[in-house]
Amino acid sequence: MIDVRGVHKSFGELDVLKGVDLEVRAGTVTVILGPSGSGKSTLLRSINHLEKVDRGLIRIDGELMGYRRRGNKLHELREREILRQRSQVGFVFQNFNLFGHLTVLQNVVEAPVSAQRRKRGEVEPLARELLDRVGVGDKADAYPRQLSGGQQQRVAIARALALRPKVLLFDEPTSALDPELVGEVLDVIKELARDGATMVVVTHEIGFAREIADTVVFIDGGRIVESGPPREVLDNPVHERTRAFISKVL
Amino acid sequence: MSTTSLTSAPHAADPPQTAVPDDADLPVVGRRHPWRWAGVAVVLVLLAMFVHGLATNPGWDWPTFLQFVTTRTIFSALWVTIQLTVYGTVLGFTLGAVIATMRLSTSPFLQVVAWGYIWAFRSIPLIVQLLFWFNIAYLYQELSLGIPFGPEFVQFSTNNLFGALGAAVLGLALHQAAYAAEIIRGGIISVDQGQLEAAAALGIPRLRQFFRIVLPQAMRSILPNGANEVISLFKGTSIVSVMAIPELFYQVQVIYGRNSRVVPLLMVATVWYIVLTTLLSVAQFYVERHFARGTARELPPTPWQRVRRTWRAAR
Ligand SMILES: Nc1ncnc2c1ncn2[C@@H]1O[C@H](COP(=O)(O)OP(=O)(O)OP(=O)(O)O)[C@@H](O)[C@H]1O
Ligand SMILES: [Mg+2]
Repeated sequence: MIDVRGVHKSFGELDVLKGVDLEVRAGTVTVILGPSGSGKSTLLRSINHLEKVDRGLIRIDGELMGYRRRGNKLHELREREILRQRSQVGFVFQNFNLFGHLTVLQNVVEAPVSAQRRKRGEVEPLARELLDRVGVGDKADAYPRQLSGGQQQRVAIARALALRPKVLLFDEPTSALDPELVGEVLDVIKELARDGATMVVVTHEIGFAREIADTVVFIDGGRIVESGPPREVLDNPVHERTRAFISKVL
Repeated sequence: MSTTSLTSAPHAADPPQTAVPDDADLPVVGRRHPWRWAGVAVVLVLLAMFVHGLATNPGWDWPTFLQFVTTRTIFSALWVTIQLTVYGTVLGFTLGAVIATMRLSTSPFLQVVAWGYIWAFRSIPLIVQLLFWFNIAYLYQELSLGIPFGPEFVQFSTNNLFGALGAAVLGLALHQAAYAAEIIRGGIISVDQGQLEAAAALGIPRLRQFFRIVLPQAMRSILPNGANEVISLFKGTSIVSVMAIPELFYQVQVIYGRNSRVVPLLMVATVWYIVLTTLLSVAQFYVERHFARGTARELPPTPWQRVRRTWRAAR
């Protein structure tokens, strides 16, 4: 479903991604672990082309992100096409980024209507259903700042789901939350996993990774150090670096 | 102030009254603010002295004031002032929005043009610019449309193109646009980058990102500064009296030039400036409130709501 090949990315002098290869099969959950500054967010942001990579390719469902191949050249896509591609990828931010001046329902309805040109009358009942599903159905007419952090993040998840994305990307969805609120957001993500959504989750919640990940990827210094099922990577890491990190986080 | 009782209804089996009541059952007495009342008293005394002065000092010459304040001449002068303000604001902010967008665009060419415009019109004193437009016929007798350095298709005489009022509006609007551009740009860059990122991640089209997501939030900081500009433009229109345009300030000057009652006629202008500025300020309050939705958990009541609430509580 997601195919990342030889991705390099640098910010000026700083090489953040140094050749990353990653494959995510449809219906699986991939958890990305790694120390701060290792390039996890950058990788995730590259997948939906919020960040333009310097080298390498990213495909989602066979479709090249950000480029079109013509003959032996890659042509940069126009902004409008990139936006269309992005609307097939749900992205959940660490700090929610809900639109503060719009109600919860308007937040969820906005993109399906304006980006996917679906009918408002058709999207609204769907949006309410999604809000119910993530447990904030009664807050549809509230403004984001009237909600708790956990509720805001669950709205953000509903907002991403409303686009009926092929894949969902989560960048530390719980690290801006109080410990008590972490559980309610993780429960929503677990439920999505059970329903067979394709997801990539950056998180520091090892227990959560063990429970839902099909694949755990450990990334350090812009390279994937180790990847495999949680039993291997979390419980019997091969690399010294992985072992040190996991023992610290646990 | 108000005394609220938190005591619940008495229980059937209440102990005899000699028992010490539980903390939770005690009545609550609101906090007192003695210094606020002291402040109110001082201000009221000062205000009374001022009003007394206005009423008793014959120098204010209220009969003359009343004689002129609602005359036809003053009204038509006021109308010119309002027109100058409205045209200056609308044209100024429209052009300002375009320039702000240019400065924020990714094109270095547009950025430089916008920067140059702002630089030029903030550097030239408004009065110089106005006099320049007023006297443009002296520099360029004709304007023509055509191929640069080549044949000309249409020609205008600069004198007919804009009369004095047109020149004034043009000058005010061009000047205003430079300031408006910076205010609008300031509002836009104050919106959290995450909002744009979220909109981009959702695939919302570019224009829609701007008008639906960024601008409404930018309005929060554009409005107070923008209202400042409108109000200062409203009074600043008095500067076009140098072009002999019959706006409010010019007109009262003409009148006191004839009857030499300077103070009451200046009061006529002042009162009208105050009345319209008040209306603008009230409008500003409600427009700002509209754009404030979602910024606080609950918006504070409007002064009017507060008055009604106090009134109802008092009855
Ligand atoms: N736009 C940018 N410009 C310059 N440097 C950047 C930019 N974005 C990220 N970086 C740098 O790239 C490196 C990787 O950042 P990234 O956000 O991917 O880390 P991360 O693994 O997500 O860390 P964390 O766990 O703290 O979120 C960091 O050193 C960061 O300072
Ligand atoms: Mg990160």
